[in-house]
Amino acid sequence: MMNDMPQAVQEQTQGTGRRIGDVVLDLQNISLSFGGVKALTDISFNVREHEIRSIIGPNGAGKSSMLNVINGVYHPQEGRILFRGEERRRMEPHMAAEQGIARTFQNIALFKGMSVLDNIMTGRNLKMKSGLLANALYWGRAQKEEIEHRVKVEEIIDFLEIQDIRKTPVGALPYGLQKRVELGRALAAEPSLLLLDEPMAGMNVEEKQDMCRFILDVNDQFGTTIVLIEHDMGVVMDISDRVVVLDYGKKIGDGVPEEVRANEDVIRAYLGTSH
Amino acid sequence: MLYRENGQFKTSYAADQQIFPITQDRLAIGLLLLVAFVVMPMAGSEYLFRAVLIPFLILALAALGLNILVGYCGQISLGTGAFMAVGAYAAYNFLVRIDGMPLIVAMLLGGLTATVVGVLFGIPSLRIKGLYLAVATLAAQFFTDWAFLRISWFTNNSTSGSVSVAGLNVFGLPIESPVAKYLFCLTVVCVFALAAKNLTRSATGRQWMAIRDMDVAAAVIGIRPVYAKLTAFAVSSFIVGVAGVLWAFVHLGAWEPAAFSIDRSFQLLFMVIIGGLGSIMGAFFGAAFIVVLPIILDQVPHWFGIPLSTATTSHLVHMIFGALIVFFLIAEPHGLAKLWSIGKQKMRLWPFPH
Amino acid sequence: MGFFLETLFGGLMAGMLYSLIALGFVLIYKASGVFNFAQGAMVLFAALAMARFAEWIPKWLGFESLLLANLLAFIVAMALMVVLAWVIERLCLSKLVNQEGITLLMATLGISYFLDGLGQTLFGNDIYSINVGMPKDPAMILEGTFEGGLLISKEDLVAALISAALVAALALFFQKTATGRALRAVADDHQAAQSIGIPLNRIWVIVWSVAGFAALVAGIIWGSKLGVQFSLSLVALKALPVVILGGLTSVPGAILGGLIIGVGEKLSEIYLGSFFGGGIEIWFAYVLALGFLLVRPQGLFGEKIIDRV
Repeated sequence: MMNDMPQAVQEQTQGTGRRIGDVVLDLQNISLSFGGVKALTDISFNVREHEIRSIIGPNGAGKSSMLNVINGVYHPQEGRILFRGEERRRMEPHMAAEQGIARTFQNIALFKGMSVLDNIMTGRNLKMKSGLLANALYWGRAQKEEIEHRVKVEEIIDFLEIQDIRKTPVGALPYGLQKRVELGRALAAEPSLLLLDEPMAGMNVEEKQDMCRFILDVNDQFGTTIVLIEHDMGVVMDISDRVVVLDYGKKIGDGVPEEVRANEDVIRAYLGTSH
Repeated sequence: MLYRENGQFKTSYAADQQIFPITQDRLAIGLLLLVAFVVMPMAGSEYLFRAVLIPFLILALAALGLNILVGYCGQISLGTGAFMAVGAYAAYNFLVRIDGMPLIVAMLLGGLTATVVGVLFGIPSLRIKGLYLAVATLAAQFFTDWAFLRISWFTNNSTSGSVSVAGLNVFGLPIESPVAKYLFCLTVVCVFALAAKNLTRSATGRQWMAIRDMDVAAAVIGIRPVYAKLTAFAVSSFIVGVAGVLWAFVHLGAWEPAAFSIDRSFQLLFMVIIGGLGSIMGAFFGAAFIVVLPIILDQVPHWFGIPLSTATTSHLVHMIFGALIVFFLIAEPHGLAKLWSIGKQKMRLWPFPH
Repeated sequence: MGFFLETLFGGLMAGMLYSLIALGFVLIYKASGVFNFAQGAMVLFAALAMARFAEWIPKWLGFESLLLANLLAFIVAMALMVVLAWVIERLCLSKLVNQEGITLLMATLGISYFLDGLGQTLFGNDIYSINVGMPKDPAMILEGTFEGGLLISKEDLVAALISAALVAALALFFQKTATGRALRAVADDHQAAQSIGIPLNRIWVIVWSVAGFAALVAGIIWGSKLGVQFSLSLVALKALPVVILGGLTSVPGAILGGLIIGVGEKLSEIYLGSFFGGGIEIWFAYVLALGFLLVRPQGLFGEKIIDRV
């Protein structure tokens, strides 16, 4: 499955298991506000290569805003973002995609008028080069390219075990499958950094187990770095390498799962203070 | 032969990605083309060509262009008539100002001019959406209405913008008789329909639909909204522009700006809605419906001996169109094309629907 | 100077009428998120009903009082607009809840076509006149200040005053009454409003009726000035840039936008028109609105649009 990953990555991940590398994404003192409302205040944390980094926190803590900052949907008023050592100027979402950042959304953001196949094909968009005229003529260059990418997409469809629904319009699918298709669309871009916004929200236990397996496989087999927002503490503590905790737009904890679990502030944020 | 796909297994992606993956469909479309290209020219009456088939083909082409913008890319346009007018008047200028300009080249240049203007008026779509964009395209409509009426250079100094062309020919073959006009339109429409279908099933089409369905998610997976929207405006207005050239040169022969008024824009939008948003075939269904309905309403009461006045017919047509628009938007936003494909689905299972 | 002021006044008065039509747009958009393209068709329909009933009712009942005829015709026309609002809500809006803006816009285009056809089928397609006793002669004012004074159309002045009064009354209705509050609640959030027991469907019928009322008044004013004919339907197209300029959700925006467009149109025609070869009134408002949109997409007073992900 997916034998097209770079050899180096495969050897590294298959041989020695996952090896966590250098910092790829460094967020420094990020502040974001809408009008007068502060969504994020002075948040700093980093993400290392190949790790699974979770962001947790109560509702409205600013987790999704954080992801939106990372892939350029929101522009923080203050702070610096370094991606692979380079400071990032104001950027648009498609530029983040060009740098290898892909994501899924909390509220499923599939293209509901298109089939599963087309949705995942859209993920290959940046890798498809033929122009308007070639596409209009189709036979020849465009068809060849279309088939090449179809092969890749079929591999993802196999990986996610959704072969039987590939021609179904996504709007007609149950929620759990839609989430899976959205993951497929993100994977189609072969990202180096994958942002997952509550991939397991609203799923039953079995669906969650499947999704966990996919996330771990992606991380393990392709070496993809993953930033994950999730509410299910069991899942988070199980699969994350490090966890950052947000509350009211501020960072209140950061570290390996055990550290975070023992953190007084975190316990207070989740259980409330006792007076 | 039953409409079945049993036993038609696809062994390559190329086979799976055909326009008509089912053998019976390919036969049907072949047969349709045969009738259109061979049988019709022999059997059709002049009235049929002039009043039905030629307007149908040209309006279907324009609706096709509009459908790319509205149905595939989700950008509304109420100024389609304007882009048709730009195509027509631009081609006219190329034809009369440059000696020996071939019709096909003038037509394509007219289309290209419409593209430029379309992109220009499409630029606001980068900042504004939906309702606001509707107003921006209306601006295009009113501006061109005025420009072709008042700026005499565009119309070679003719009064009130009315101009005419004569002696059309392609590669020396005259486009004068109704049959020749019909065949010329049919060829152009087939070529553009094929190109449009190819575009919509390729990466370009997926970009448009992604922008239509959820623009933020599209941007996040690396689709540049600027590029996707402007290509949609460009392709759409090119096709619409060419349709404008055909309408003016081939169908009307002599025309004035009123031929491309806001009513034309609305009419085309209705074709797209009734035919089916986001469907190439839908453009043809919609155009057929809108061309044929008034004719039927005109004829049928006569047969029953209750002739309606022209005004009443036109009001009836208005009411039926209006009611149908609302009906389709509520009941089946993908229009006649969707009803057609539902019908085909049922056919596949018939007579054992389990 | 005198000429400039005359043009300015002319523009302001035309602008007041635009505001009136724009107000219909804004009311409906606020309450139901529908950009009502049928507002123009409603103006035509209402005006046709008014003109024809004022002609028919005296014949049916056999009296000759113009005042009574107009009064009865007004009541009947208004009742018709309420029925229309109810039918539109029943057959169309309630079935399109939560659809995208574009779909709703196209639906109102359909309604607009339907109304154009229906109105002319029911009431005929000639040019009809409405006579509600608007003064037809011009007046001179400020003769002391300027040489020759200022020539003002009394009809326009009365029309502008009526529009202004109506706009003010509707603004008050929105701000001060319980129904107005409910309307604003619905405009903010359909579901939240429903959850606290505001009947959505009834609110929509009310809003469309109010918009129908605005259409009727606008129809009477325009109709008595220009005659009731199909082109009235296009008057609403002139009000579109007004709404864009003022912001889709803002009542003051509709008023100010109307005045700006009215004045801009007249002044540009006079001072720029000859430059472009005349007739630029047709597109000036649109281009003005378009240019404005590029700078400030939400209009003068509209709410800023924030994309949520």
